[in-house]
Amino acid sequence: MSDMLHQIEPVIPALRRYARALVRNRAAADDLVQDCLERAVSHWEQRRDTGSPKSWLFAILHNLAINQFRSAAARARHVSIDEAGEHEFEQSAVQEQKLIYQDVLGKLAKLPEEQRAVLLLVAVEDLSYAEAAKVLNIPVGTVMSRLSRARERLQQELERPADHQQGNVVQLRSKP
Amino acid sequence: MSNRPISEDDLHAYVDHALEPERQAEVAAYLDDHPDVAQRVASFSDQRSMLRAALAPIAEEPLPPQLNLSRIIESKRRRPASFRWAIAAMLMLAIGGVGGWAIRGATDGPTGGLAALAQEASDSYKVYASDRTRPVELRDSAELVQWVSNRLQQPVKLPDLTKSGYRLMGGRVVPTAHGPAAMFMYDDDHGERLVVLTRPMTTDQNAPMAAHSGGDVAGFSWADGGTGYSVVGRGAAEQLKPLANEIRKQAQAI
Repeated sequence: MSDMLHQIEPVIPALRRYARALVRNRAAADDLVQDCLERAVSHWEQRRDTGSPKSWLFAILHNLAINQFRSAAARARHVSIDEAGEHEFEQSAVQEQKLIYQDVLGKLAKLPEEQRAVLLLVAVEDLSYAEAAKVLNIPVGTVMSRLSRARERLQQELERPADHQQGNVVQLRSKP
Repeated sequence: MSNRPISEDDLHAYVDHALEPERQAEVAAYLDDHPDVAQRVASFSDQRSMLRAALAPIAEEPLPPQLNLSRIIESKRRRPASFRWAIAAMLMLAIGGVGGWAIRGATDGPTGGLAALAQEASDSYKVYASDRTRPVELRDSAELVQWVSNRLQQPVKLPDLTKSGYRLMGGRVVPTAHGPAAMFMYDDDHGERLVVLTRPMTTDQNAPMAAHSGGDVAGFSWADGGTGYSVVGRGAAEQLKPLANEIRKQAQAI
Protein backbone atom coordinates (compact mmCIF):
# COMPACT_ATOMS: atom_id res chain seq x y z
CA MET A 1 0.00 0.00 0.00
CA SER A 2 2.75 2.48 0.93
CA ASP A 3 4.63 1.30 -2.16
CA MET A 4 1.67 2.47 -4.24
CA LEU A 5 1.61 5.80 -2.41
CA HIS A 6 5.34 6.36 -2.97
CA GLN A 7 5.18 5.46 -6.64
CA ILE A 8 2.07 7.43 -7.59
CA GLU A 9 2.41 10.54 -5.46
CA PRO A 10 5.51 12.02 -7.17
CA VAL A 11 3.72 11.89 -10.56
CA ILE A 12 0.64 13.89 -9.46
CA PRO A 13 2.08 17.38 -10.24
CA ALA A 14 2.93 16.27 -13.80
CA LEU A 15 -0.54 14.71 -14.21
CA ARG A 16 -2.10 18.02 -13.19
CA ARG A 17 0.07 19.92 -15.65
CA TYR A 18 -0.80 17.58 -18.52
CA ALA A 19 -4.51 17.63 -17.69
CA ARG A 20 -4.61 21.42 -17.48
CA ALA A 21 -2.70 21.87 -20.73
CA LEU A 22 -5.19 19.53 -22.41
CA VAL A 23 -8.49 20.85 -21.04
CA ARG A 24 -7.36 24.39 -20.12
CA ASN A 25 -9.61 24.66 -17.10
CA ARG A 26 -8.29 24.26 -13.58
CA ALA A 27 -11.35 22.68 -11.97
CA ALA A 28 -12.08 20.33 -14.87
CA ALA A 29 -8.41 19.29 -15.04
CA ASP A 30 -8.18 18.53 -11.32
CA ASP A 31 -11.41 16.53 -11.51
CA LEU A 32 -9.83 14.44 -14.25
CA VAL A 33 -6.70 13.88 -12.18
CA GLN A 34 -8.82 12.88 -9.18
CA ASP A 35 -10.73 10.41 -11.33
CA CYS A 36 -7.40 9.10 -12.65
CA LEU A 37 -5.98 8.63 -9.13
CA GLU A 38 -9.08 6.79 -7.94
CA ARG A 39 -8.85 4.41 -10.86
CA ALA A 40 -5.12 3.94 -10.34
CA VAL A 41 -5.67 3.05 -6.67
CA SER A 42 -8.43 0.55 -7.54
CA HIS A 43 -6.48 -1.09 -10.35
CA TRP A 44 -2.98 -0.90 -8.90
CA GLU A 45 -2.67 -4.68 -8.58
CA GLN A 46 -3.85 -5.23 -12.17
CA ARG A 47 -1.29 -3.04 -13.93
CA ARG A 48 0.69 -5.12 -16.36
CA ASP A 49 4.26 -3.84 -16.21
CA THR A 50 5.52 -3.35 -12.72
CA GLY A 51 8.18 -0.79 -13.66
CA SER A 52 7.68 2.95 -13.31
CA PRO A 53 3.95 3.69 -13.19
CA LYS A 54 4.40 7.05 -14.96
CA SER A 55 3.21 6.05 -18.43
CA TRP A 56 0.50 3.84 -16.90
CA LEU A 57 -0.88 6.84 -15.00
CA PHE A 58 -0.65 9.11 -18.05
CA ALA A 59 -2.50 6.49 -20.12
CA ILE A 60 -5.38 6.39 -17.61
CA LEU A 61 -5.52 10.18 -17.51
CA HIS A 62 -5.33 10.54 -21.27
CA ASN A 63 -8.17 8.07 -21.84
CA LEU A 64 -10.35 9.89 -19.32
CA ALA A 65 -9.63 13.23 -21.01
CA ILE A 66 -10.36 11.89 -24.49
CA ASN A 67 -13.56 10.33 -23.30
CA GLN A 68 -14.61 13.63 -21.83
CA PHE A 69 -13.84 15.44 -25.09
CA ARG A 70 -15.88 12.86 -26.98
CA SER A 71 -18.91 12.91 -24.73
CA ALA A 72 -18.76 16.71 -24.56
CA ALA A 73 -18.78 16.82 -28.36
CA ALA A 74 -21.65 14.33 -28.46
CA ARG A 75 -23.70 16.43 -26.06
CA ALA A 76 -22.94 19.47 -28.25
CA ARG A 77 -22.20 21.47 -25.14
CA HIS A 78 -18.57 21.69 -26.07
CA VAL A 79 -16.84 24.86 -24.94
CA SER A 80 -14.36 25.82 -27.62
CA ILE A 81 -10.78 25.93 -26.47
CA ASP A 82 -10.49 29.66 -27.14
CA GLU A 83 -13.41 30.40 -24.85
CA ALA A 84 -12.39 27.97 -22.14
CA GLY A 85 -11.06 30.61 -19.78
CA GLU A 86 -8.01 32.42 -21.07
CA HIS A 87 -7.38 33.47 -17.48
CA GLU A 88 -6.83 29.90 -16.33
CA PHE A 89 -3.12 30.26 -16.87
CA GLU A 90 -2.81 33.83 -15.68
CA GLN A 91 -1.92 33.48 -12.06
CA SER A 92 0.61 30.75 -12.73
CA ALA A 93 2.76 32.62 -15.23
CA VAL A 94 5.78 34.58 -14.11
CA GLN A 95 4.86 38.29 -14.31
CA GLU A 96 7.14 39.71 -17.00
CA GLN A 97 6.90 36.63 -19.21
CA LYS A 98 3.18 36.32 -18.79
CA LEU A 99 2.29 37.62 -22.23
CA ILE A 100 4.75 35.41 -24.06
CA TYR A 101 3.57 32.36 -22.15
CA GLN A 102 -0.09 33.14 -22.74
CA ASP A 103 0.68 33.54 -26.40
CA VAL A 104 2.43 30.18 -26.76
CA LEU A 105 -0.24 28.36 -24.75
CA GLY A 106 -3.01 30.02 -26.73
CA LYS A 107 -1.35 28.89 -29.91
CA LEU A 108 -0.76 25.41 -28.56
CA ALA A 109 -4.51 25.23 -27.94
CA LYS A 110 -5.11 25.76 -31.66
CA LEU A 111 -3.39 22.49 -32.51
CA PRO A 112 -5.54 19.41 -33.09
CA GLU A 113 -5.94 17.49 -29.85
CA GLU A 114 -3.89 14.49 -31.06
CA GLN A 115 -0.89 16.68 -31.98
CA ARG A 116 -1.13 18.63 -28.73
CA ALA A 117 -1.10 15.42 -26.69
CA VAL A 118 2.07 14.12 -28.36
CA LEU A 119 3.91 17.42 -28.02
CA LEU A 120 2.99 17.75 -24.35
CA LEU A 121 3.92 14.19 -23.43
CA VAL A 122 7.27 14.32 -25.23
CA ALA A 123 8.45 17.91 -24.88
CA VAL A 124 6.99 18.82 -21.49
CA GLU A 125 6.43 15.58 -19.58
CA ASP A 126 9.69 13.98 -20.76
CA LEU A 127 8.13 10.69 -21.83
CA SER A 128 10.22 8.68 -24.26
CA TYR A 129 8.76 8.19 -27.75
CA ALA A 130 8.00 4.57 -26.83
CA GLU A 131 6.24 5.62 -23.62
CA ALA A 132 4.18 8.24 -25.46
CA ALA A 133 3.20 5.57 -28.00
CA LYS A 134 2.01 3.36 -25.14
CA VAL A 135 0.04 6.15 -23.49
CA LEU A 136 -1.71 7.08 -26.75
CA ASN A 137 -2.00 3.47 -27.91
CA ILE A 138 -0.46 4.25 -31.31
CA PRO A 139 2.74 3.05 -33.05
CA VAL A 140 5.99 4.95 -32.43
CA GLY A 141 6.03 5.97 -36.11
CA THR A 142 2.71 7.76 -35.61
CA VAL A 143 4.12 9.50 -32.53
CA MET A 144 6.99 10.81 -34.68
CA SER A 145 4.78 12.05 -37.50
CA ARG A 146 2.35 13.74 -35.10
CA LEU A 147 5.25 15.32 -33.23
CA SER A 148 6.65 16.65 -36.48
CA ARG A 149 3.29 18.06 -37.58
CA ALA A 150 2.70 19.55 -34.15
CA ARG A 151 6.02 21.41 -34.19
CA GLU A 152 5.60 22.71 -37.74
CA ARG A 153 2.07 23.85 -37.02
CA LEU A 154 2.99 25.55 -33.74
CA GLN A 155 5.86 27.31 -35.51
CA GLN A 156 3.49 28.65 -38.18
CA GLU A 157 1.18 29.91 -35.43
CA LEU A 158 4.05 31.58 -33.59
CA GLU A 159 5.22 33.35 -36.74
CA ARG A 160 1.74 34.58 -37.61
CA PRO A 161 1.85 38.13 -36.06
CA ALA A 162 4.01 39.14 -39.04
CA ASP A 163 0.73 39.45 -41.00
CA HIS A 164 -0.43 42.85 -39.86
CA GLN A 165 3.04 44.36 -40.15
CA GLN A 166 2.80 43.75 -43.89
CA GLY A 167 -0.36 45.85 -43.93
CA ASN A 168 1.56 48.77 -42.44
CA VAL A 169 4.27 48.50 -45.06
CA VAL A 170 1.74 48.91 -47.86
CA GLN A 171 0.27 51.98 -46.18
CA LEU A 172 3.67 53.65 -45.83
CA ARG A 173 4.53 53.00 -49.44
CA SER A 174 1.31 54.56 -50.68
CA LYS A 175 2.60 57.94 -49.47
CA PRO A 176 4.25 59.99 -52.22
CA MET B 1 31.39 8.76 -37.50
CA SER B 2 28.63 6.69 -39.13
CA ASN B 3 27.41 7.29 -42.65
CA ARG B 4 23.78 7.03 -41.74
CA PRO B 5 21.80 9.86 -43.32
CA ILE B 6 20.19 12.34 -40.94
CA SER B 7 16.40 11.87 -40.73
CA GLU B 8 13.52 14.07 -39.56
CA ASP B 9 13.21 11.72 -36.60
CA ASP B 10 16.85 12.43 -35.72
CA LEU B 11 16.15 16.16 -35.72
CA HIS B 12 13.24 15.78 -33.29
CA ALA B 13 15.19 13.38 -31.10
CA TYR B 14 18.00 15.97 -31.12
CA VAL B 15 15.58 18.61 -29.85
CA ASP B 16 14.28 16.21 -27.17
CA HIS B 17 17.80 15.08 -26.10
CA ALA B 18 16.79 11.54 -26.92
CA LEU B 19 19.83 10.57 -29.05
CA GLU B 20 22.89 8.58 -28.09
CA PRO B 21 25.82 10.98 -27.52
CA GLU B 22 27.54 9.83 -30.71
CA ARG B 23 24.46 10.45 -32.87
CA GLN B 24 23.80 13.75 -31.08
CA ALA B 25 27.29 14.87 -32.21
CA GLU B 26 26.63 13.75 -35.79
CA VAL B 27 23.40 15.75 -35.93
CA ALA B 28 25.19 18.78 -34.44
CA ALA B 29 27.87 18.53 -37.12
CA TYR B 30 25.18 18.26 -39.81
CA LEU B 31 23.41 21.35 -38.45
CA ASP B 32 26.69 23.32 -38.57
CA ASP B 33 26.78 22.71 -42.32
CA HIS B 34 23.06 23.36 -42.92
CA PRO B 35 21.99 26.70 -41.46
CA ASP B 36 18.41 26.49 -42.81
CA VAL B 37 17.79 23.20 -41.07
CA ALA B 38 19.62 24.49 -38.00
CA GLN B 39 17.24 27.43 -37.83
CA ARG B 40 14.20 25.15 -37.92
CA VAL B 41 15.67 22.91 -35.24
CA ALA B 42 16.48 25.97 -33.11
CA SER B 43 12.87 27.15 -33.38
CA PHE B 44 11.67 23.71 -32.23
CA SER B 45 14.03 23.92 -29.26
CA ASP B 46 12.69 27.38 -28.44
CA GLN B 47 9.12 26.04 -28.53
CA ARG B 48 10.13 23.28 -26.18
CA SER B 49 11.68 25.68 -23.64
CA MET B 50 8.75 28.07 -23.87
CA LEU B 51 6.18 25.33 -23.31
CA ARG B 52 8.12 23.93 -20.37
CA ALA B 53 8.54 27.34 -18.78
CA ALA B 54 4.92 28.32 -19.36
CA LEU B 55 3.56 25.09 -17.87
CA ALA B 56 6.10 24.56 -15.08
CA PRO B 57 4.22 26.70 -12.50
CA ILE B 58 1.21 24.37 -12.67
CA ALA B 59 3.29 21.47 -11.39
CA GLU B 60 4.57 23.67 -8.58
CA GLU B 61 1.15 24.65 -7.26
CA PRO B 62 0.27 23.09 -3.92
CA LEU B 63 -1.98 20.07 -4.42
CA PRO B 64 -5.67 20.68 -3.60
CA PRO B 65 -7.29 18.43 -0.95
CA GLN B 66 -9.19 16.47 -3.61
CA LEU B 67 -5.85 15.16 -4.91
CA ASN B 68 -4.60 13.95 -1.54
CA LEU B 69 -3.57 10.42 -2.45
CA SER B 70 -3.48 9.09 1.12
CA ARG B 71 -7.08 10.15 1.52
CA ILE B 72 -8.10 8.54 -1.78
CA ILE B 73 -6.41 5.28 -0.76
CA GLU B 74 -8.05 5.45 2.67
CA SER B 75 -11.55 5.90 1.25
CA LYS B 76 -11.04 3.01 -1.20
CA ARG B 77 -9.82 0.79 1.63
CA ARG B 78 -12.92 1.49 3.69
CA ARG B 79 -15.11 0.01 0.99
CA PRO B 80 -13.04 -2.17 -1.33
CA ALA B 81 -14.84 -3.23 -4.49
CA SER B 82 -14.25 -6.95 -3.94
CA PHE B 83 -15.89 -6.76 -0.52
CA ARG B 84 -18.96 -5.05 -1.95
CA TRP B 85 -19.23 -7.73 -4.62
CA ALA B 86 -18.86 -10.48 -2.02
CA ILE B 87 -21.81 -9.04 -0.11
CA ALA B 88 -23.83 -8.73 -3.29
CA ALA B 89 -23.06 -12.33 -4.21
CA MET B 90 -24.00 -13.57 -0.73
CA LEU B 91 -27.26 -11.66 -0.88
CA MET B 92 -28.04 -13.14 -4.25
CA LEU B 93 -27.48 -16.64 -2.85
CA ALA B 94 -29.44 -15.96 0.31
CA ILE B 95 -32.52 -14.74 -1.49
CA GLY B 96 -32.33 -17.39 -4.17
CA GLY B 97 -31.68 -14.78 -6.78
CA VAL B 98 -35.38 -14.07 -7.17
CA GLY B 99 -36.49 -11.61 -4.51
CA GLY B 100 -35.73 -7.97 -5.05
CA TRP B 101 -35.59 -8.46 -8.77
CA ALA B 102 -38.16 -6.43 -10.59
CA ILE B 103 -38.97 -6.85 -14.21
CA ARG B 104 -41.39 -4.70 -16.07
CA GLY B 105 -42.33 -5.15 -19.67
CA ALA B 106 -42.29 -2.18 -21.97
CA THR B 107 -45.65 -3.25 -23.40
CA ASP B 108 -46.59 -6.66 -22.04
CA GLY B 109 -46.56 -7.78 -18.43
CA PRO B 110 -43.77 -9.89 -16.93
CA THR B 111 -43.14 -13.12 -18.81
CA GLY B 112 -41.47 -16.25 -17.50
CA GLY B 113 -38.94 -16.97 -20.24
CA LEU B 114 -37.70 -13.45 -20.62
CA ALA B 115 -37.61 -12.83 -16.86
CA ALA B 116 -35.43 -15.92 -16.44
CA LEU B 117 -33.09 -14.69 -19.18
CA ALA B 118 -32.81 -11.27 -17.54
CA GLN B 119 -32.00 -12.97 -14.26
CA GLU B 120 -29.31 -15.13 -15.86
CA ALA B 121 -27.75 -12.11 -17.56
CA SER B 122 -27.60 -10.10 -14.35
CA ASP B 123 -26.22 -13.09 -12.43
CA SER B 124 -23.52 -13.46 -15.08
CA TYR B 125 -22.76 -9.76 -14.83
CA LYS B 126 -22.46 -9.93 -11.06
CA VAL B 127 -20.20 -12.96 -11.08
CA TYR B 128 -17.99 -12.25 -14.10
CA ALA B 129 -17.87 -8.47 -14.62
CA SER B 130 -16.46 -8.07 -11.10
CA ASP B 131 -13.75 -10.63 -11.80
CA ARG B 132 -10.49 -8.77 -12.26
CA THR B 133 -8.41 -11.91 -12.81
CA ARG B 134 -10.31 -13.90 -15.42
CA PRO B 135 -13.55 -12.19 -16.44
CA VAL B 136 -13.72 -14.08 -19.74
CA GLU B 137 -12.66 -17.54 -20.83
CA LEU B 138 -11.77 -16.71 -24.45
CA ARG B 139 -10.59 -13.39 -25.87
CA ASP B 140 -10.14 -14.34 -29.52
CA SER B 141 -13.41 -13.38 -31.20
CA ALA B 142 -13.31 -15.96 -34.03
CA GLU B 143 -12.56 -18.81 -31.64
CA LEU B 144 -15.22 -17.52 -29.27
CA VAL B 145 -17.96 -17.40 -31.93
CA GLN B 146 -17.12 -20.91 -33.05
CA TRP B 147 -17.16 -22.26 -29.49
CA VAL B 148 -20.48 -20.70 -28.44
CA SER B 149 -22.15 -21.52 -31.78
CA ASN B 150 -21.17 -25.18 -31.27
CA ARG B 151 -22.46 -25.27 -27.71
CA LEU B 152 -25.71 -23.42 -28.50
CA GLN B 153 -26.12 -25.49 -31.68
CA GLN B 154 -27.02 -22.41 -33.69
CA PRO B 155 -25.01 -19.64 -35.33
CA VAL B 156 -24.28 -16.90 -32.81
CA LYS B 157 -23.38 -13.43 -34.02
CA LEU B 158 -21.03 -11.35 -31.94
CA PRO B 159 -22.46 -7.83 -31.42
CA ASP B 160 -20.01 -5.10 -32.44
CA LEU B 161 -20.34 -2.16 -30.04
CA THR B 162 -17.22 -0.22 -31.01
CA LYS B 163 -19.33 2.63 -32.43
CA SER B 164 -20.92 2.99 -29.00
CA GLY B 165 -17.49 3.09 -27.36
CA TYR B 166 -17.42 -0.50 -26.06
CA ARG B 167 -14.69 -2.97 -26.98
CA LEU B 168 -15.15 -6.72 -26.83
CA MET B 169 -13.16 -8.24 -23.96
CA GLY B 170 -14.19 -11.81 -24.78
CA GLY B 171 -16.74 -14.26 -23.52
CA ARG B 172 -17.66 -17.74 -22.30
CA VAL B 173 -20.39 -20.33 -22.17
CA VAL B 174 -22.46 -20.03 -18.98
CA PRO B 175 -24.88 -22.60 -17.56
CA THR B 176 -28.59 -21.83 -17.18
CA ALA B 177 -31.62 -23.92 -16.24
CA HIS B 178 -32.48 -23.81 -19.95
CA GLY B 179 -29.16 -25.07 -21.26
CA PRO B 180 -25.93 -23.30 -22.24
CA ALA B 181 -25.95 -19.55 -22.95
CA ALA B 182 -23.28 -17.38 -24.57
CA MET B 183 -21.96 -14.48 -22.53
CA PHE B 184 -20.03 -11.64 -24.15
CA MET B 185 -18.30 -8.95 -22.11
CA TYR B 186 -17.37 -5.45 -23.24
CA ASP B 187 -15.68 -2.47 -21.64
CA ASP B 188 -15.28 1.20 -22.44
CA ASP B 189 -12.33 3.54 -21.90
CA HIS B 190 -13.36 4.03 -18.29
CA GLY B 191 -13.15 0.30 -17.69
CA GLU B 192 -16.95 0.21 -17.31
CA ARG B 193 -18.11 -3.28 -18.24
CA LEU B 194 -21.28 -4.67 -19.68
CA VAL B 195 -22.48 -8.15 -20.41
CA VAL B 196 -24.59 -9.51 -23.28
CA LEU B 197 -26.20 -12.91 -22.74
CA THR B 198 -27.88 -14.87 -25.52
CA ARG B 199 -29.45 -18.34 -25.71
CA PRO B 200 -32.24 -20.23 -27.50
CA MET B 201 -35.66 -19.63 -25.91
CA THR B 202 -38.21 -22.38 -25.25
CA THR B 203 -40.89 -19.98 -23.98
CA ASP B 204 -41.13 -16.34 -25.11
CA GLN B 205 -39.65 -17.06 -28.52
CA ASN B 206 -40.57 -13.56 -29.61
CA ALA B 207 -40.80 -10.97 -26.87
CA PRO B 208 -40.67 -7.18 -27.00
CA MET B 209 -37.83 -5.33 -25.35
CA ALA B 210 -38.29 -5.05 -21.59
CA ALA B 211 -36.27 -3.11 -19.05
CA HIS B 212 -35.25 -4.69 -15.77
CA SER B 213 -33.29 -3.56 -12.78
CA GLY B 214 -32.16 -4.87 -9.44
CA GLY B 215 -29.52 -3.65 -7.02
CA ASP B 216 -27.07 -1.47 -8.90
CA VAL B 217 -27.38 -3.28 -12.22
CA ALA B 218 -29.99 -2.87 -14.93
CA GLY B 219 -30.61 -4.01 -18.44
CA PHE B 220 -32.86 -4.82 -21.35
CA SER B 221 -34.02 -8.22 -22.61
CA TRP B 222 -35.90 -9.34 -25.68
CA ALA B 223 -36.31 -12.34 -27.99
CA ASP B 224 -36.49 -12.58 -31.76
CA GLY B 225 -37.18 -15.74 -33.71
CA GLY B 226 -36.45 -18.12 -30.85
CA THR B 227 -33.26 -16.46 -29.65
CA GLY B 228 -33.23 -14.38 -26.48
CA TYR B 229 -30.88 -11.51 -25.68
CA SER B 230 -30.18 -9.59 -22.54
CA VAL B 231 -27.76 -6.71 -22.05
CA VAL B 232 -26.80 -5.80 -18.49
CA GLY B 233 -24.62 -3.06 -17.03
CA ARG B 234 -24.26 -0.85 -14.04
CA GLY B 235 -26.47 2.21 -13.60
CA ALA B 236 -29.84 3.10 -15.12
CA ALA B 237 -31.49 0.91 -17.75
CA GLU B 238 -32.23 3.92 -19.95
CA GLN B 239 -28.49 4.40 -20.63
CA LEU B 240 -28.36 0.87 -22.05
CA LYS B 241 -31.30 1.33 -24.40
CA PRO B 242 -29.28 2.59 -27.40
CA LEU B 243 -26.91 -0.36 -26.96
CA ALA B 244 -29.83 -2.79 -26.76
CA ASN B 245 -31.29 -1.32 -29.95
CA GLU B 246 -27.92 -1.62 -31.69
CA ILE B 247 -27.48 -5.26 -30.64
CA ARG B 248 -31.01 -6.10 -31.77
CA LYS B 249 -30.45 -4.43 -35.13
CA GLN B 250 -27.21 -6.34 -35.70
CA ALA B 251 -28.75 -9.67 -34.63
CA GLN B 252 -31.65 -9.23 -37.04
CA ALA B 253 -29.18 -8.80 -39.87
CA ILE B 254 -28.08 -12.48 -39.66
